[in-house]
Amino acid sequence: MDGTLIIFWAFAGLAVTSALACITRRSPVASALWLVVTLFSLAALFVLLDAQFIAVLQVLVYAGAIMVLFLFVIMLLNLGGAGPTDLKGPLGLGVGVLLAGLLLVQLLVLRQAAAASAGGAVRPAAEQGMIPPVARLLFTAYLVPFEITSMLLLAALVGAVVLAKRKL
Amino acid sequence: MLLGPALTVSAVLFAVGVLGVLLRRNAIVIFMCVELMLNAANLTFVAFAQQLGVAGQIFVFFVMAVAAAEAAVGLAIILAVYRHRHTLDLQNINLLKG
Repeated sequence: MDGTLIIFWAFAGLAVTSALACITRRSPVASALWLVVTLFSLAALFVLLDAQFIAVLQVLVYAGAIMVLFLFVIMLLNLGGAGPTDLKGPLGLGVGVLLAGLLLVQLLVLRQAAAASAGGAVRPAAEQGMIPPVARLLFTAYLVPFEITSMLLLAALVGAVVLAKRKL
Repeated sequence: MLLGPALTVSAVLFAVGVLGVLLRRNAIVIFMCVELMLNAANLTFVAFAQQLGVAGQIFVFFVMAVAAAEAAVGLAIILAVYRHRHTLDLQNINLLKG
């Protein structure tokens, strides 16, 4: 077992553990902070998978911007304290665990087939996720989706203002 | 060769996200679980991009943009709902139920 694999499994374990903590903590603030730990470990996994630019974006956009937005709303609504538990009752718990377990089994079966079909060689690091290869593709083949993304963000901006403002 | 392990981690994270959506009743926590599922999908994209070309990472970029838009609009909806109902427990938010 080489070093990369050890680091990979360490961060993967951290990601899964903190994700479990995120869905079981009572206080929304604790959930949000555990989710930040998950997002950071995912950024580390992205680096190990040769996606350095995406890893930086993950930390800046997800762990930075989006989670700050979540924490901001939690603080604004004064939900910081641990209220009464909001987990569902025994029936809901059983059904939820059953459905999620079923999905996990399906995904793992699917994973066998997918990993077998894509067993090509790993591309050299120079073709991978540093900024130049990603940017070249983003501004040539995927230019139109990129521009449409700006429309999406504009719509989200207007929508958020319209929804959250008391009186226009 | 990290494709297999990455897909496993991605499957587990996605299932944890689904579990959170099914178990919790707090709207904000459910929203965070949705973000967790989006991130699991991103991990799959990045894992395949290592072998099939860098285009997979472009899709992660788009998923992040959609997630940011979704977070902004969704949290605005949560704020508006809280202002009317003074709760975020989805059991009590049943205005659309016939």
